[in-house]
Amino acid sequence: MNRALLIILIAATALLMAVAFFMPAGPGATVGVASGSALPGFSPKANTPEQAMANVLLDVKRRNWDRAFVGVSKTSGVDERAFIEDWTGSSGSLRTFSNLEGFESRPLHATNDEAQMRVRLHWSTPVGPEEEARDFRLMREGDTWKVVWPHTETASVPAQVIPVDYLRWDLVSGGAEDEWGARNVDAPHVRILSMNAVQAGDGSVVMGEVVNEDTIPAFVNVNATVVDGSGNAIDEESSFDKIAHILLPKQVSPYRVDFPQISLQRVKNVRMDVKATLVPASADPVIGVMDQRLEPDAQGKNVLRGNLFNESGQTVNIPHVVASFYDNNGKVVWVADGYVERALLPQSSEPFAVEVPRALVGKVQNFHVVVNQYSLGRS
Amino acid sequence: MRRLLLLCAGAVLLAGASAGQELRVPPSVSAGEDATISTAGSGQATFYVVGPGVASKSSVNLGEEIQLHGQDLRNAGHYMAIVCSSTCQSASFYVIAAKPTNLSFLVHPSRVPVGQENAVSGVALPFDTFHNLVLSPAEVNFTMNAANAALFSRSVHMQQGIGWFRTSSGKTAGTVRVVASVADLSARRAVQQVASDPCNLRMQGQRTAKGITVQTEPVRDCSGNPVSDGTIVSFGAVTANGRSTVDAPIKHGVARAQIEGSGAAVVSVASGVVIGNELHIGAQQ
Repeated sequence: MNRALLIILIAATALLMAVAFFMPAGPGATVGVASGSALPGFSPKANTPEQAMANVLLDVKRRNWDRAFVGVSKTSGVDERAFIEDWTGSSGSLRTFSNLEGFESRPLHATNDEAQMRVRLHWSTPVGPEEEARDFRLMREGDTWKVVWPHTETASVPAQVIPVDYLRWDLVSGGAEDEWGARNVDAPHVRILSMNAVQAGDGSVVMGEVVNEDTIPAFVNVNATVVDGSGNAIDEESSFDKIAHILLPKQVSPYRVDFPQISLQRVKNVRMDVKATLVPASADPVIGVMDQRLEPDAQGKNVLRGNLFNESGQTVNIPHVVASFYDNNGKVVWVADGYVERALLPQSSEPFAVEVPRALVGKVQNFHVVVNQYSLGRS
Repeated sequence: MRRLLLLCAGAVLLAGASAGQELRVPPSVSAGEDATISTAGSGQATFYVVGPGVASKSSVNLGEEIQLHGQDLRNAGHYMAIVCSSTCQSASFYVIAAKPTNLSFLVHPSRVPVGQENAVSGVALPFDTFHNLVLSPAEVNFTMNAANAALFSRSVHMQQGIGWFRTSSGKTAGTVRVVASVADLSARRAVQQVASDPCNLRMQGQRTAKGITVQTEPVRDCSGNPVSDGTIVSFGAVTANGRSTVDAPIKHGVARAQIEGSGAAVVSVASGVVIGNELHIGAQQ
């Protein structure tokens, strides 16, 4: 009996392997996680644009670079090193810490010899899941389709010496044995400039702006507690990464505190608490925000787009943009943020875009962008 | 300890009811000094002393002097001495703080903008070597000095061991030394007087090969003090491609920024609530 069961199991496994090997993935919308070859190392023939795209992306997902590059058209004009760097990032950027978790693709346009596809890439990153939409062109080469890999312009920084007026604050803190009152340094004076609570989806959002009114840098965190009609606290949340935490003197940062499951109708009051602590900080690098404009992107979403320009001589590994949007009364109606995947090299630019909710597009009259920077090995 | 205290409390009740025995205590003792208590009568007795943080029990001979050691009298406050033989007798005495050996001095704030009314305050509290607050009347002198100038001097009569002052900040930015002194003791603190908001913010700009370079004139407050380095100055430029902004910190008194782009631009500057001049810069030729 046991032997018969063993034989049946082996036969069934062999049958399933044979089916997987000979049966290609179905056409149409491809979901990266579920589609593609069932047997690692074997890809179905790229006889459709969808299959060609799926083959390349699945191999990228598995970091099987040689096989992925086979699916790239020679007409692309990119070498394998540039292709790999496009996926793995460089200079300690966010992309270097990210993994492609999945993808969805759909054709935009197709002829017998050429096709265009839009791919939504799902990345897992240290700052949470990120989505990226990219358009790819595919060409038929013989009886297979290949992806024409877009040549990505990478910033090329010439060797140079950039003089820096190094400005930094260090903190000397007292020990337990110090005389009482001898080492008191006041915490920085920080003030909430505005606060606005709105309904967003099923939850509510508290947002506004905070300013450092002091003459020293401050590490700032904004906490909000939503209170019901009886005066009981419903929930307490912090601004987490929706704020520029280190504020130099007179610097203003937007903040946003999300309450995902709490409808604004339940909320009768919001208690705000801004915490500011004295921290060692540096005034560098200075990052300019160039050519800011509101416009629709390729997917029809409304975005605030622009370029970050690193005015310093330091590489910014992970730039982070936080933007506040104002109505015609100067009231903050939305705060959005976004991480830039590529590192911001010295004296070079990188594009950014943050989404504006469709419902607010007509309301937004003005905006303000601040840039956070995370640099490896520096505080 | 609890049992001892209960015993003492019982002894005090008994002492209230007793009469005839004599116990003479000094009217006051300085903290940390030895003291002597005289007794009358004869025979063995039990002696208790109870004070702030202290409770002890010992056997004594009535008619002899009882020596209290300085280490048992280190905490200032009200003490009670009790002697019990067939009955109990009690007497109380007070331990006052010794000579001040340490001056605690609190000054607030540690940073203050120039020209602020009643913005600086300080409190001085003298303590003896056993950390007792010295309540005896004394004069405390407060002085405030800038680099070479005396800004403020006041002599204050301390009340209940506390002397304090309040004064306005000066007109010049920089570190101010604040000193409190009582007899030969003194404590020194530093207050940083910082510039107020910028005044008459002005910039200059020029087109370069990379775009536009803008730089402020030295940024000063209305008293002429240089605004603190690190203060953010916001430059904004409106071009055909949209709006560009740079938040640049003041370094060595000026803020500078580089704005990318080759088209004509209207450049503005602001810091905090202060708005500066506007520049119209033409397109690159």
